[in-house]
Amino acid sequence: MNKLLSLPSLFLFLLLSGCSPQAENNEQIEITISAAASLTEVLSELELLYEEEKNQDINLLFNFGGSGSLQQQILQGAPVDLYFSAAEDKYDQLLERGMIDANYSSDLITNELVLITPTGASSKMKDFSDLVSDEISRIAIGTPETVPAGQYAKQAIENMGIWDKLSGKIIPTKDVRQVLSYVETNNVDAGIVYKTDALVSKKVKMIATVDSSLHDSIVYPVGVISNSKQKDEAIDFFHYLQTESAIAIFKKFGFELVR
Amino acid sequence: MNIQFWSPVLLSLQTAAVALIIVVILGVLLAKWLIAKNFKGKIIVETFLLLPLVLPPTVVGFLLIIIFGRNSWIGSSLEQLLGQPLMFTWPAAVIAASVVAFPMMYQSAKTGFLSVDKGAEEASRIDGASEWQVFLFITLPLSIKALTAGVILSFARALGEFGATLMFAGNLPGKTQTMPTAIYVAFESGNMELAWLWVSVIMVISFFMLLATRFLHS
Repeated sequence: MNKLLSLPSLFLFLLLSGCSPQAENNEQIEITISAAASLTEVLSELELLYEEEKNQDINLLFNFGGSGSLQQQILQGAPVDLYFSAAEDKYDQLLERGMIDANYSSDLITNELVLITPTGASSKMKDFSDLVSDEISRIAIGTPETVPAGQYAKQAIENMGIWDKLSGKIIPTKDVRQVLSYVETNNVDAGIVYKTDALVSKKVKMIATVDSSLHDSIVYPVGVISNSKQKDEAIDFFHYLQTESAIAIFKKFGFELVR
Repeated sequence: MNIQFWSPVLLSLQTAAVALIIVVILGVLLAKWLIAKNFKGKIIVETFLLLPLVLPPTVVGFLLIIIFGRNSWIGSSLEQLLGQPLMFTWPAAVIAASVVAFPMMYQSAKTGFLSVDKGAEEASRIDGASEWQVFLFITLPLSIKALTAGVILSFARALGEFGATLMFAGNLPGKTQTMPTAIYVAFESGNMELAWLWVSVIMVISFFMLLATRFLHS
């Protein structure tokens, strides 16, 4: 008995017990969806609906992140079945390379950009022009190279003609949700996020909406990865995202349909 | 090579170097002090000091934001003192690197000091050396191997710090963007050439530092 409890057997036990949950899941079909960080809440709600009501044998796995990082992972061969991006250009690169199946690809929803501040902030900010004041020392936006929301935010600030004045105040983040948490924890004075992000949080105050003519249109394309191993299931979920009940959920979270 | 490449390299080396100075001073003094002391709960204190070695970087980053962020009294009094918040500044990157590198130096210094022959220390005391003289001229020189290993490992760890830095110091090009965070952004934006360059720099530095510690042991 003592021998059984020795360190190597304990290690073996841990190793085996670590394996077993995976073995159970093998009966279910798992599809992996790489989705923009700004879709976290809405997709989590859709997941419940989809798995419970329709397909109990399908298990949706979400990989949320900046659309740029997700795109790179897919380019490097990550086993992903569906890509739900917040950036059209990043998505189109995969489409052009044939990595997304053009037959199952769609521009699904749109979003807006808003300026937010911490709820308790003392500043009297009313509009984007107030960002240049000395009162505002830090403005968080997504890293423009990798985060679509940051790319749109930079375009808008540039088109407002105040980028030169603000560039020293910009705190770039790894995805749009990090902007939200920096504003929520009061560690920046302002941030630019999607309207749907601001709606999710009680700790931020929406100050103004960005005029959509100041940046490229915000479109969330979704598509099935060409060499997906569970393509039929991925296509099924792709179609589900365009059903009435799914669209109602998107609208509930503040997204609009692409016209 | 242009500034885009060099800025994170220099920032990384500067950050790791300053973190190293802090960590060497604190690590050596705390190791010396704790070896001499015997009190209840000493093992708890020591475990706490070594904790950053096993904590995920996100936990370190989270705690640093909670402690030094604007919503804490430490963070807000520091902001009054410095005239600006600590987060997203270069000193914040130094703090993050120091916290994760500290256990390396502390543990090496402690091992070194404990391996010094007690007889040599006793003999110098009998000859009239003060405690500080014993420490400076007997204990330190006799544990130089362990201390050097500690210095190298701490520097390497500080140089490689990523998670806590990204959360606490941010990713500001030219200000807090070190090589590890620059590699992250370069990879994600598809800039593989730059990513490769920085990866090579880190690999070469780390390889030779680890090699140096091997020579110390042989």
